[in-house]
Amino acid sequence: MSTDLEQFYEIFFEESSELLADMEACLLRLDVNSPDLEDLNAIFRAAHSIKGGAGTFGFTDMTEMTHMLETLLDRLRKGELAVRSEMVDAFLRAGDVIKAQLAGHRGEGEADPAVAAEVCEELKKLSDETQVPAPSETVADSGIGMKAIPVETDIGVSSNVAISEAVSERDVAKLTFRIEFSSSGMGDAAVENLFANLKRLGSLGDITSVGGKDHKLKLTTASNEEDVWETLAFVVDPANLKIEVATQCVVEPHSSDEDSAAEPFAGEDEFSIASMPPAPGYGFFPGAPAAPKDFDDSESQLSSTPQQNIHGNKNETQNVTNKPSSKVSASASASETSSIRVSIEKVDQMINLVGELVITQAMLAQTASQLDPVVFEKLLSGMSQLERNTRDLQESVMSIRMMPISFVFSRYPRVVRDLAAKLNKRVELKTVGENTELDKGLIEKIADPLTHLVRNSLDHGIEVAEKRIAAGKPAQGTITLRAFHQGGSIVIEVSDDGAGLNRGKILAKAKERGLPVSDGMSDQEVWLLIFEAGFSTADIVTDVSGRGVGMDVVKRNIQSMGGRIDIESALGVGTRISIRLPLTLAILDGLSVAVGDQMFIVPLNYIIESMQPTANDIKTVSGHGRVVQVRGEYLPVIALHEVFNLHPNVTAVHEGILVILEAEGHKAALFVDDLIGQHQVVIKSLESNYRRVQGVSGATIMGDGKVALILDTAALVLACQQEMV
Amino acid sequence: MSQEQAAITTSNPVNPHTNQMANEFLTFRLGSEEYGIEILKVQEIRGYDAITQIANAPEFIKGVVNLRGIIVPIIDMRIKFQLGSATYDQFTVVIILNVAGRVMGIVVDGVSDVITLGLEQMRPAPGLGSVIDTEYIMGLGTVDERMLILIDIEKMMSSSDMGLIEQTVN
Repeated sequence: MSTDLEQFYEIFFEESSELLADMEACLLRLDVNSPDLEDLNAIFRAAHSIKGGAGTFGFTDMTEMTHMLETLLDRLRKGELAVRSEMVDAFLRAGDVIKAQLAGHRGEGEADPAVAAEVCEELKKLSDETQVPAPSETVADSGIGMKAIPVETDIGVSSNVAISEAVSERDVAKLTFRIEFSSSGMGDAAVENLFANLKRLGSLGDITSVGGKDHKLKLTTASNEEDVWETLAFVVDPANLKIEVATQCVVEPHSSDEDSAAEPFAGEDEFSIASMPPAPGYGFFPGAPAAPKDFDDSESQLSSTPQQNIHGNKNETQNVTNKPSSKVSASASASETSSIRVSIEKVDQMINLVGELVITQAMLAQTASQLDPVVFEKLLSGMSQLERNTRDLQESVMSIRMMPISFVFSRYPRVVRDLAAKLNKRVELKTVGENTELDKGLIEKIADPLTHLVRNSLDHGIEVAEKRIAAGKPAQGTITLRAFHQGGSIVIEVSDDGAGLNRGKILAKAKERGLPVSDGMSDQEVWLLIFEAGFSTADIVTDVSGRGVGMDVVKRNIQSMGGRIDIESALGVGTRISIRLPLTLAILDGLSVAVGDQMFIVPLNYIIESMQPTANDIKTVSGHGRVVQVRGEYLPVIALHEVFNLHPNVTAVHEGILVILEAEGHKAALFVDDLIGQHQVVIKSLESNYRRVQGVSGATIMGDGKVALILDTAALVLACQQEMV
Repeated sequence: MSQEQAAITTSNPVNPHTNQMANEFLTFRLGSEEYGIEILKVQEIRGYDAITQIANAPEFIKGVVNLRGIIVPIIDMRIKFQLGSATYDQFTVVIILNVAGRVMGIVVDGVSDVITLGLEQMRPAPGLGSVIDTEYIMGLGTVDERMLILIDIEKMMSSSDMGLIEQTVN
């Protein structure tokens, strides 16, 4: 049982983290001068959903905090207060507190209640600022207004909207819900906990247990249907859950009752009749206080129909009642999320299986191609259909694991904003290539090192405005995050237009610390010193950076991912730190080439062109090095069979094919036997079971099940350049 | 050399009923010598098929194969230890190992069977007698008239002279 609940915890934690991230993104996007109502609503919704979940699990600290958030947000949304930048700050801080609380409940670290109290106080102060907190507002704030922005789509939702709108119009209205659920698979403690949470929402009517595990109960509450759903949904399987609006018990009877009350039911007619709780004997209606007369009429009419059901076939009741519940749950989830969580292993397994399928398909196609196309016409057309289908399937399966790097990049606007404010610097963050896709596993791991680098750039790189102006630079500094694919790697760059690294200072510091350095070291080597443990050139240690902890961690993390870091820097101009990561599972466009009986993949983005040279185009330099003349340029020829010690089918350059490559500004011509075709290939790591191989960045599995190596084009071209020098 | 048919008792190695844990060994032949490796390190046994060579790798590393989506390096033990003749035909056997969190395959002359060795059947290895460094030999096993050289395959495969795993030089 406890494991069951744990599973729900996990879902809640993950959802909350995502909601927090969304909330933060909205907050950062929010323009204080002309706030977008949609954003405010989105923030409100996020806070509200977290509150709902936290309430269910009894995380009172989180409920309190989100409640404060809601109160203030609600007033902003209604235009009672104007958005101010300190509010945004307070919201962001509140978000942090909730994050910490979440981590605390997760068992990772401890949330500081003092900070929480402080933020709470601040939110309270902000929301109390102007008067008018009429009691009606407090009722409304618990979420009735949430549906004020109508969510389109099917009947289920629109009728909900109608209900809640009707309610919010009337301010002090309470709804009575009929709730039925099965607690099979839940422990008694969980059920009790659930009841306690429901009680918090409002007064809980009589609870009837039917058939041991089935519970029916009545809840009169000021909250709307969605709240009730949220409270229950975490613990009860939605398929076993049914919630209905029994009646609206109006505290101040109103003349418009008839209209507003009839409306919601009109929409639900079709199923609500059949789905009424089996018997009036459960006392739902008499128990509803101050139910207006009109209601009684319509209700008795409604409830009369299914009366026989209780005594009749139990299963039938079950079937009928399930229908509306699934409809409601479907519409509820459709409005919230359109993604599902799947474990990575399952995805990987699927990718491998699909790979096998493709190979089998290729094998079949091979065999089928020998058949007589006239006799086996149908079979052959089926085969080509199969080929298309498997290819589509493979493509879509492969894309599952990949995520755009914007998932990581999106957190930095916040980091930069906070830190810039703290350091009194003006900084703009630019992101380029957010859509570069990389493996989800890497996305998670790269976030921390990148944060360090961004903070570092901001603290050490970018100068304060006065200094920048004095240096003839714009007062506002720029930090650029850039991601792109190169040579089967992902390159992520963090560059700033700040002061640059100071060679002399770093060397002096290194000497002081007794590191083995000399003045003759290349810049590249000097820059790498900053990744030494405990190395810092900052004059003052701040709480941002300067203790020399961090950069060495960055380096270690990157290395553990099999990547490497490079630094380019110019004093007074800026610094660029690039992280080059291998792709464990990225898709690459490549050209397959043959040398002897082996096949290699050349990444397409390095290829300029391919050509068949004439014997006259080939010249030798000092006896051995060969060059080819292409449009007035002499390019070195790299013979792949020489690099890899293979037995080629052709040895004379003019009999084979030259593939012209360009990498990092250098061009070279790769000599291969033949071109085979262009493919999209999945990059598989050689290193997971073997080791790094010079000149090879990875491997892939071809259609026939064979392994083909992917060339590390950049390394080949550069190695060739060095040989020439 | 390997005249015997590779009458592989393939079904046995997969037998999960290993109560005595490390005491069950898969035996294989390299030339005239008989070796044993812990059965739990063995993932499967398969034939030798299309291999992709790896550039500039030592001769005993034949290359890599695709094992259901995983790239697996193949090592020819016959070349590595100069035992038996390195011929490749439909009888050539590859033992897929799962050691040190990695998957790799070794080519041997033939797989014989799975035998259970009691403690009394295992003797410490003398300091000589095999081309394989004594460091990697767990002991010698005796079954009737046969002598088995029991290899600590995990230790051997992770060693630097196999060159399979990048030694972290930093």
